[in-house]
Amino acid sequence: MTAASLTEAEVPLKRRLRRAERARQLKALALVAPLLVFLLFTFAGPIAGMLWRAVDDREVRQVLPQTIAALADWDGKDLPDEKAFAALTSDVLAARAAGTIAIAAKRLNYAQNGFRTILTGTARNLKAVPEPGTAKETLGKINPAWRERATWMTIKNASGPVTGFYLLAALDLTRNADGAIVAAPPDQAIYRDIFARTFLISLGVTALCLILGFPVAYLLATLPPGRSNLLMIFVLLPFWTSLLVRTCAWIVLLQSKGVVNDSLHWLGIIDGPLRLIYNRFGVCVAMTHVLLPFMILPLYSSMKAISPAYMRAAASLGAPPLTAFLRIYLPQTLPGIGAGSLLVFILAIGYYITPALVGGAADQMISYFIALYTTETANWGLASALGAVLLLATVLLALVYGKLVQGQQVTGGMKN
Amino acid sequence: MSYNSSLRTPSQRIAWTATIAISTLVFIFLIAPILAIMPLSFSSGSYLTYPLPGFSLRWYDDFITSPRWMNSLKNSMIIGVAATLLSMVLGTSAALGLAQWKGRFKPLVLAFVLSPVVVPGVITAVGLYFFFAPIGLTGSYLGLILAHTALATPFVVITVGATLQSFDTNLARAAASLGASPLQAFRRVILPLILPGLASGALFAFATSFDEVVIVLFMAGPEQRTLPREMFSGIRENISPTITAAAVILTTVSVILLATLEALRRRNERLKGGGGG
Repeated sequence: MTAASLTEAEVPLKRRLRRAERARQLKALALVAPLLVFLLFTFAGPIAGMLWRAVDDREVRQVLPQTIAALADWDGKDLPDEKAFAALTSDVLAARAAGTIAIAAKRLNYAQNGFRTILTGTARNLKAVPEPGTAKETLGKINPAWRERATWMTIKNASGPVTGFYLLAALDLTRNADGAIVAAPPDQAIYRDIFARTFLISLGVTALCLILGFPVAYLLATLPPGRSNLLMIFVLLPFWTSLLVRTCAWIVLLQSKGVVNDSLHWLGIIDGPLRLIYNRFGVCVAMTHVLLPFMILPLYSSMKAISPAYMRAAASLGAPPLTAFLRIYLPQTLPGIGAGSLLVFILAIGYYITPALVGGAADQMISYFIALYTTETANWGLASALGAVLLLATVLLALVYGKLVQGQQVTGGMKN
Repeated sequence: MSYNSSLRTPSQRIAWTATIAISTLVFIFLIAPILAIMPLSFSSGSYLTYPLPGFSLRWYDDFITSPRWMNSLKNSMIIGVAATLLSMVLGTSAALGLAQWKGRFKPLVLAFVLSPVVVPGVITAVGLYFFFAPIGLTGSYLGLILAHTALATPFVVITVGATLQSFDTNLARAAASLGASPLQAFRRVILPLILPGLASGALFAFATSFDEVVIVLFMAGPEQRTLPREMFSGIRENISPTITAAAVILTTVSVILLATLEALRRRNERLKGGGGG
């Protein structure tokens, strides 16, 4: 009897608690929601838009709609029939009147070098809609390229609405006239090299940061707090100093009449100035300087967590110092080494400002080309495709990083 | 002390000496470039080399009297302060929410909120350039403030979140049980306790915006150029000593931010220590 009434009294309480908990969760969600909505608008949306641009291919179908429609049932084996030629002539005349011919010409020129000349030349020389049945002949006379199957295949391949063209191009691939994926022509196949260069520079910078950062982190973690806090200023001050200031400082130091060359000359070590900047050396030095704190800080926190008792235990069990260091200390720093190296590498592959200012033409990394194609040549499809590849690499590395620092502080390696 | 008592053998002493020697060189590597350009800004000559021909403030005078530089400093301040305020509101609210949230998707949401820090600047900038141009937000202060807020908010979420982790939630419950409304409890109990965390978050947010240049490169019109953006052009075109003056001014701001942060951290540690003892 009493037991029954007790459980009866318990149920509403449990339910009440659950309801209260649910209300709490809703309140929590309501507090996070503004930021989520904000980031959707200022971050996720723009990036999704960029990814969409990497596959978006509607320019040609907007400018040459009838041609695209006429080519829809073309098998691509032989030249298309008269219908397609007639459609093209009327499209070209309409596009010329609307002033949109350049849009299609630019897009088609990406796929086939020289297509801009073919299309704009045709638009210029086409007087009027040809008599029915003579469109093929008329176009062939204006430009013999229209008598080639490949020309038409280029249009058909660019008919959209989505394309893998830019993404393939970002990997030095293209589709041939039969639609098979093949290596891009050598003059366009530059991006694998650029990605390789980006990874190589980043790898070198990461290695330099690790080599230079490890002893410093060890020193900071071993010294008593008073002294290590003081020395930490040497790490934190550059960390907080503007990237532009630091890059500018390296230019001032390393340029041919800069401080380093002057000093070396004054000391009699060199006769003429060394070339220290606007080359790979300058990029690596400046990037290492900028990224070194990102290596030291996570290394420091992982070393700080290692109890000195382990090393003492190893020593008391007879391990020589080097063995104790290699077998006891070093393995415990591996998470820190991994986190620091990944963080530096992730940040390095996205670098733009430093290589742009202290690098030569052969030292520009992938970000430079993304920026170039966005603002200078306005090849937004290719810029977005290169961005998509870089983003993919970053996200994959960040996932590994996330797994690695799981359990460690979320802030590990961030500005802290 | 532990670091001394462990140095028993000669080889250990050599290793320790080597650690100190290498670290010293690395410290020099880290700090020397920043220190090296400072005196150059006080040079009376127009070449960026030593020895200085003489001392003068002409490059600071040049900076202060140049409408281009002063406008960029003003822009940096406007955008930095506005982005800081906005990211404080959004970030603090999100950190409070995330601290209470136990949902399954919490790690995912946290990863999303922090992702602007990891994604390369150029990608964010290109995305924003495409996204903001059609709605008229490129070449505007608002566009830059929104973009910088997105970049700065993760730091606010991290710093405020870290403060909340060490915050005793019973205090909020106690306030509620004593009849405080949620708003009152926040204002009178929670806010004073997390204030140092908020201040650090604000400093991080401001530093992030004040330092940012890639998005500004893509989105700012001539009217909105910030100090780092002006330095970027200056370095590209020709490095005049005025840039070193600008660098000194920027570094001074950084040092003030860093010193404030350090003071906050010390105060926090002292309070914690006091509470424990």
